[in-house]
Amino acid sequence: MIELKNINKTFKVAKRNAGLSEAVKALLRKEYSYIQALRDVSFTIKDGEMVGYIGPNGAGKSSTIKIMSGILTPDSGECSINGKTPWQERIAHVREIGVVFGQRSQLWWDVPVADSFELIKDIYKVDDTAFKRNLDELTELLDISEIIRTPARQLSLGQRMRCEIAASLLHSPKILFLDEPTIGLDAVSKIAVRKFIKTLNSERKTTVILTTHDMQDIEALTERILLIGKGKILLDGSLRELKKRNSSHKRLTVDFVGILAEAGKGMSFTENLDGHAEIVLDTEVISVSEAIAQISRQVEINDISVTGATAEEMVVSLYKEFEI
Amino acid sequence: MNKYLSFFKIRLTNGLQYRGAAWAGVATQFVWGGMTLLMFRAFYQNGENSLPMTFPELSSYIWLQQGFLALYMAWYFDNDIFNSITSGNIAYELCRPIDLYAMWFVKNMAVRLSRAILRCFPILIVAVFLPKPFNISLPCTPVAGLMFIISLILGFLVLVAFSMLIYISVFYTLSSLGIRILTTSVVEFLGGAIIPLPFFPQKLQTLVMLLPFASMQNTPFQIYNGYIASSEILKSVLFQIIWLGILLKLGKLLMQQALKKVVVQGG
Repeated sequence: MIELKNINKTFKVAKRNAGLSEAVKALLRKEYSYIQALRDVSFTIKDGEMVGYIGPNGAGKSSTIKIMSGILTPDSGECSINGKTPWQERIAHVREIGVVFGQRSQLWWDVPVADSFELIKDIYKVDDTAFKRNLDELTELLDISEIIRTPARQLSLGQRMRCEIAASLLHSPKILFLDEPTIGLDAVSKIAVRKFIKTLNSERKTTVILTTHDMQDIEALTERILLIGKGKILLDGSLRELKKRNSSHKRLTVDFVGILAEAGKGMSFTENLDGHAEIVLDTEVISVSEAIAQISRQVEINDISVTGATAEEMVVSLYKEFEI
Repeated sequence: MNKYLSFFKIRLTNGLQYRGAAWAGVATQFVWGGMTLLMFRAFYQNGENSLPMTFPELSSYIWLQQGFLALYMAWYFDNDIFNSITSGNIAYELCRPIDLYAMWFVKNMAVRLSRAILRCFPILIVAVFLPKPFNISLPCTPVAGLMFIISLILGFLVLVAFSMLIYISVFYTLSSLGIRILTTSVVEFLGGAIIPLPFFPQKLQTLVMLLPFASMQNTPFQIYNGYIASSEILKSVLFQIIWLGILLKLGKLLMQQALKKVVVQGG
């Protein structure tokens, strides 16, 4: 059970204009500005839930994760994770959580991954049988049995990330924080990572909190999303609800012969190349069949598909709606 | 405790891999030790009686210094630690159920120890067989030999405890360069790495002996060569223990403060 109540955090940032004279001035008097990274952030996450935490860059996602993992002390507010306040009982708290920072590495650079795992085993005092069982399961699910004898520096990003995730789970944490776990991964690795997270959540009942910019991650994984912008929680709901809100928009992809000159009312081109067009429909103005009829009157249609708005587009419209 | 021990082991074995660097180090330190002794020889030929240490005492001091350089070099810092603070990778270390101070302390010890193990034996063994008075003599009494080992370890811990303060300071300054240059010169000079402390002017010496730097390499080496009289040994070892206690306490306190305010860099 994770409970955050009115968490606030402000960072002090040194500021100066560019240029030499400004740099000299800054030696004498430094100017600071205060950035409020989190304002009254409150939410509750139940055991076994999988939550997507989204928001643009600099919205406060990582700060929240850092507070929840005991690294950062907020200015005010309460946070209770399984009954503990992370920054006050750091050592007891971190024993029960796993964290993956997509942009950092926890594996020792020049030793084989297996050695890093052994060290993590000692750090968390995992007993031999539990460690063996975990390791076997993780290496199989993440498909890393081939690579754990290789030094971390020689792994590709996708291989390394799978090892990082395994490393964070060796001590069977109840809660897993994933800070951009799929950043920079290719399609195959992304799918492998997503599949694994899904299995972990459904079989081990691990609570997963995931921050990402990849909306496919969210679509594939989470039921519930939390949207943060400018340090405030703006939305807390299910992906389905969000989709419903945006369902009045449909996307038409058309391949055709001829020239598609104009779009009718309620239709707008997002792309119109020679023989290929993408059109967004507002179904409150024009029905799908009416739109298709209009198009077929102008050109010879070879192929046509209708899709609902993607998660990506929904998020863009959300960001617009909340002006973040 | 087990986790710190296994961390110590992984670092130690990691450090023991670098044989080539060790041989290069041994060669450099031989030349350096020899040059220092020849320089002092010139002074001694001019008036041995007015100098505070006898030449055999000095020879032992210099060779011990070269042999155990890796334990006491003030200018060596673990860049991993600085990088982890400035880049924000410390985030992962903070997510572990470990005491960061203990972890870094152990890491530092292991790196220095692995270097010292590879370098000290060839240097000391050869130094025993050098022609007199340039050789290293055996400890003056068995008690002095034993106390030397105890004091060697204590001095090592004092130095590591002191360098921990430098690591912690990076939480506040973000760049370690300035503070490193400053403290390195102070520690090297006041610790007796450049010239042995007995050569300092009397008044300055009384003051310097009270500082923690004198409790690093100075104490064990001067016990070994007999410059510190056997009646004074206990006193100087006690002094080392006191400084170790103070530095450890101070470091832990500052670390606690720093972690409360720490801003993990990067998104």
